[in-house]
Amino acid sequence: MDAERLVYVDNAATTKVSKSVIDAMMPYFHTHYGNPSSELYGMGREARVALEKARLGISEMLGCEPGEVFFTSGGTEADNWAIKGIAESAKKAGKGNHIITSKIEHHAVLHTLERLEKQGFEISYLDVYDNGIVRAEDLEKAIKPETILVTVMFANNEIGTIQPIKELAEISHKHKIPFFTDAVQAVGKLDINIKELGIDALALSGHKLHTPKGIGALYVRKGLKFPNLIEGGGQEKGRRSGTENVAGAVALEVALRESLGDKEGREKVRAMRDYLAENLSKIPYSRINGDMKNRLVENLNVAFEFIEGEGLIMLLDMVGICASTGSACSTSSLEPSHVLRALGLPHEICHGSLRISLSSENTMEEMDYIIEKVTWAVGRLRSMSPLYEKLLESQKTEQ
Amino acid sequence: MYTEKVMDHFANPRNVGEIENADGVGEVGNAKCGDIMKIYLKIDNDVVSDVKFKTFGCGAAIATSSMATELIKGKSISEVEKLTNKAVVEALGGLPAVKVHCSVLAEEAVKAALADYYTKIGRDTSSLNTCDGCCGACGSHDHGDH
Repeated sequence: MDAERLVYVDNAATTKVSKSVIDAMMPYFHTHYGNPSSELYGMGREARVALEKARLGISEMLGCEPGEVFFTSGGTEADNWAIKGIAESAKKAGKGNHIITSKIEHHAVLHTLERLEKQGFEISYLDVYDNGIVRAEDLEKAIKPETILVTVMFANNEIGTIQPIKELAEISHKHKIPFFTDAVQAVGKLDINIKELGIDALALSGHKLHTPKGIGALYVRKGLKFPNLIEGGGQEKGRRSGTENVAGAVALEVALRESLGDKEGREKVRAMRDYLAENLSKIPYSRINGDMKNRLVENLNVAFEFIEGEGLIMLLDMVGICASTGSACSTSSLEPSHVLRALGLPHEICHGSLRISLSSENTMEEMDYIIEKVTWAVGRLRSMSPLYEKLLESQKTEQ
Repeated sequence: MYTEKVMDHFANPRNVGEIENADGVGEVGNAKCGDIMKIYLKIDNDVVSDVKFKTFGCGAAIATSSMATELIKGKSISEVEKLTNKAVVEALGGLPAVKVHCSVLAEEAVKAALADYYTKIGRDTSSLNTCDGCCGACGSHDHGDH
């Protein structure tokens, strides 16, 4: 719908490509457009140099070796590759068939695991309790002699909760089990040193960090056995063939550097998020979902009782606000968000959730606009909600 | 994607509210499923002289409720008896397949309100084939063209 202004607060879905990223990419579209494999002439070598420079930069920022970084089309591909790859290797080596994950993984992980389940793997799902965080002792208990992989996300996409990755990796290693993390929401937002954390494989995505869609990477620890993803011309050390997305790789390096360097922006985002949280909580019958301390500063997830989230998002769209919901009706499954359900929330409350995910481009003035419009939209939907009518009637009879 | 008609009925829902001392009130769905519709009827000389609704649910739930009230307002109860979810969907210019159940709920809400009226005046309700269940929980509905 047309609205006079536009307030984009769905940065966990995707982000605007930043000007500096576009500027960094442009030469690889029309000046240095050579194929990195065409190393016999200058233009090909220029592309190769740019690609490897990007790989080196990313590896330095993440605390790993450049040879351990493989570019992919995005986070989903990296998730699929890591999980299926580690499972396939274990199967070939005659190891076990048990995988441990959490109840709040992204569908890129959950649906990959469901497929493995159909192929004979057994999956255990760790609880996240009411704060949305896995407990390390639960992992210890879930490990069996057959366990071949532990995969727990770094930070959750819906409620932003940060998982105890270092502890989880330590426990996994004590039992000689590889630890993989889907870090799509965390990379660039948190200081991550892969070697210090002891991570064996990690997936990341560019478009959450202001690159175009279509670039991501998988880190795989040297020595960890896993199969090639795509056969062909032998690109990415033969692991993932296909002419490399040079401009995308350059974009990913620049975006990651900018995101990690922008400490001031992060503090501004935290202040805006806390301001929103404080003021949206003033709406009666609302609650914040997920731990507020161990949480990405960009994320806020609030549930409003007696209303349904899709209508809320549609009303906000009418006034130019782009946000998202974990409501059932926003999906094709008609089941509310598995993440909110994992917090132990009843369906009724999951239906009325609102996710706001900020970027440093947002302003405090926009936060005031959001507070005003969310208050309006919630009030409007409640005024036509038979559930809210019942509440008011019960209050009347109590008086 | 919603049609313009759906967006219009969501943004400007017709006949929202309650009727005091309504002749018939019907409520269907439940909060767990994410949809509840409540319809109030005022009936004079076997004609729906006024209708109001309240709905907890998604955009399609609100739009189908609004459209259903518009389709039955001023109509004789024998015509209202013939209201189908398909008519609601068609009047809205179509609904995404996963939202067709909302139109079923709208039809059920209208029928439940009519059944309430029939019960009050001692008329047989068997012609209405009502249900008060959660949509999707029973497989007996015609969910239209998926």
